[in-house]
Amino acid sequence: MEIWRLPISASQRGKLISAGYTSLSSLSSISSSDLARELNVSESEAMNILKVASHSRGSETSNASCSIVEVLDTFQWWAGAQSAWDMLHDEESLMHITTSSADLDNILGGGIHCKEVTEIGGVPGIGKTQLGIQIAVNVQIPNDFGGLGGNSIYIDTEGSFMVERAFQIAEACIEDMSEYNRFLRKDFQECKIKMQPQDILENIFYFRICSYTEQIALINYLDKFLSEHKDVKVIVVDSVTFHFRQDFDDMALRTRVLSGMALKLMNLAKRFSLAVVLLNQVTTKHTEASFQLALALGDSWSHTCTNRIVLYWNGNERYAYIDKSPSLRSA
Amino acid sequence: MANKLISEIPLPKSIANVFSARNISTAKDALTLTEFELMELLDVGLTEVRSALSQISEIVAPPYQTALSLMEQRFQNEHLGGHFPTGLKGLDAALCGGIPFGVLTELVGPAGIGKTQFCLKLSLLASLPTNYGGLDGRVIYIDVESKFSSRRLLEIGLRSFPEIFQMKEMAQEMAGRILVLRPTSLAEFTQSLEQIKVSLLQKQVKMLVIDSMAALVSGEHEQGARRQQTLSWHISFIKSLAEFSRIPVVVTNQVRSRNHEDASRYSFQVQSRDGAIGTTMQYDSHLVAALGIQWAHAVTTRLVLEAKSGERFIKVAKSPISPPLAFPFHITSSGILLLSDDGKEVMGPEINAIHCQGHNEIINFGMEGLH
Repeated sequence: MEIWRLPISASQRGKLISAGYTSLSSLSSISSSDLARELNVSESEAMNILKVASHSRGSETSNASCSIVEVLDTFQWWAGAQSAWDMLHDEESLMHITTSSADLDNILGGGIHCKEVTEIGGVPGIGKTQLGIQIAVNVQIPNDFGGLGGNSIYIDTEGSFMVERAFQIAEACIEDMSEYNRFLRKDFQECKIKMQPQDILENIFYFRICSYTEQIALINYLDKFLSEHKDVKVIVVDSVTFHFRQDFDDMALRTRVLSGMALKLMNLAKRFSLAVVLLNQVTTKHTEASFQLALALGDSWSHTCTNRIVLYWNGNERYAYIDKSPSLRSA
Repeated sequence: MANKLISEIPLPKSIANVFSARNISTAKDALTLTEFELMELLDVGLTEVRSALSQISEIVAPPYQTALSLMEQRFQNEHLGGHFPTGLKGLDAALCGGIPFGVLTELVGPAGIGKTQFCLKLSLLASLPTNYGGLDGRVIYIDVESKFSSRRLLEIGLRSFPEIFQMKEMAQEMAGRILVLRPTSLAEFTQSLEQIKVSLLQKQVKMLVIDSMAALVSGEHEQGARRQQTLSWHISFIKSLAEFSRIPVVVTNQVRSRNHEDASRYSFQVQSRDGAIGTTMQYDSHLVAALGIQWAHAVTTRLVLEAKSGERFIKVAKSPISPPLAFPFHITSSGILLLSDDGKEVMGPEINAIHCQGHNEIINFGMEGLH
């Protein structure tokens, strides 16, 4: 591994190279005080450089000294890597969040997947916010009823979250659970639903965002928030496009910021095993000499989410179309 | 919050100095750069950049509230839990109380159908004291097309609330609460908006009416996407104004004929081969709302006023809390009157369609009916 790949600042790197240290092995035998003198930096900075260097070196030497027999068990060399077999086992034990629509759940393979980013888009008025609120409520269904029993974060960028509607949906959800209870279990005394709509509302953490800077800041902050609130199982962002469509003159900046945000969200989904649902708007796109509807934010954004669902009108009914998914068919 | 100065955020001294040396003074500047860009620019290590960014983010990120506390707060502080009753029983029931606070409500319909009449009635209602169902505050009416008629306003007041309006001082007081602005260009409109935001709370403004939004851009010579971009700043500004002041904002919109640029299908719909979706789209009406799809996304509630076979309907086309209902209505000397409080449920995308049939007869009839 070369010096230029180390995560240290540019000036430190420059000093190392000009002092003659071009590879990691050259740093292996020097002490921190000698290094500090040679590079003309403080002792603590020199110690930091050596620490970083030994980290990167550590992963390499273990590669070199492994024998063939050990190869199969030591997938832990690369921090965070997992064998495909382990991943399959993990995936099967993951729960899904139901959308309360059996057909939609079917084409999604059980519901919204955890550890994945799902994007849902559609024309105004088709029901994206409704679906978002429904998911925020459904994630709270207790484990006994096949749900995740977790909390939810609702990030509102447009101000379309209506508490009254959330209350209605929460009431209906509890009613559904009581029905299910009565249908399947015979002893009424034991399995009484203790949940009230207020309890469901209490578990929805609502953030209102007024600009794209706040959006970026919030997603950075979620890291800390999620480590404090471990029960959160879904993050709903309604809608992820609003602030980015308004007044961005620099399109390249917009793409960079959006992709950075998408990566962080995917990171959060994987680390905390939760589902991320992004609601998107539509725009018109000119293709093949005709204008068609397409989800907003452009082509580069469409690569960033794992699953993509488009809601549209077909005759008098609302339909959902799975546009992109690594494991499900288009339906 | 976005423009919070880095100097005000408690960061370790060394980092704070570096930020200011490199001219990154607001949180916005810092957060729009990626971690590696910041490392290059500031000449510090990755861990320091990460910790600085997380500290900045924590301060800039908005605080959270549980949905429950949100609901309780609204019911405690606001009139009827955050809704402004319009006096039309069926509509109010459908909208869970009335026009919601803090979000944009749009009235769209063909010319002469009654949008301005509705706005006049609402402005009047808002100025009334709370025991009459009003908001007891000032109303700002931005009249772009010079359609505001104070005589008509007083006539509505006299017919609907004779006990108040017959007394001259009361009538003067109520009418005095409605401030009418007449911007002649988009630039003037922008200026007025900024002024409004500043003095909203101290002047006790309880409602904002913009009649009409579409007329503001029709004067500017741009088409399609460019036109939408012109308004995009205004859209987010008005939304944030409504949001932070928690007042109802009513905006009217015009209609235009559908042209070939209006897309209505997705790429996967076009490619479908099973013939379930016909290749020739049958348009129910040739009218669509002006201002485009970006505007349609930005409004929270859309009320479509249309004329069908000689009758007028007001439809709840887009609303997060109501079913898609259509109510027949009439324009009378006391404003708008619903002919039936039970709305008719409209299925499918029909709720968004705007019809204009038999409209001419209504206009003539209406003119006679008013006098």
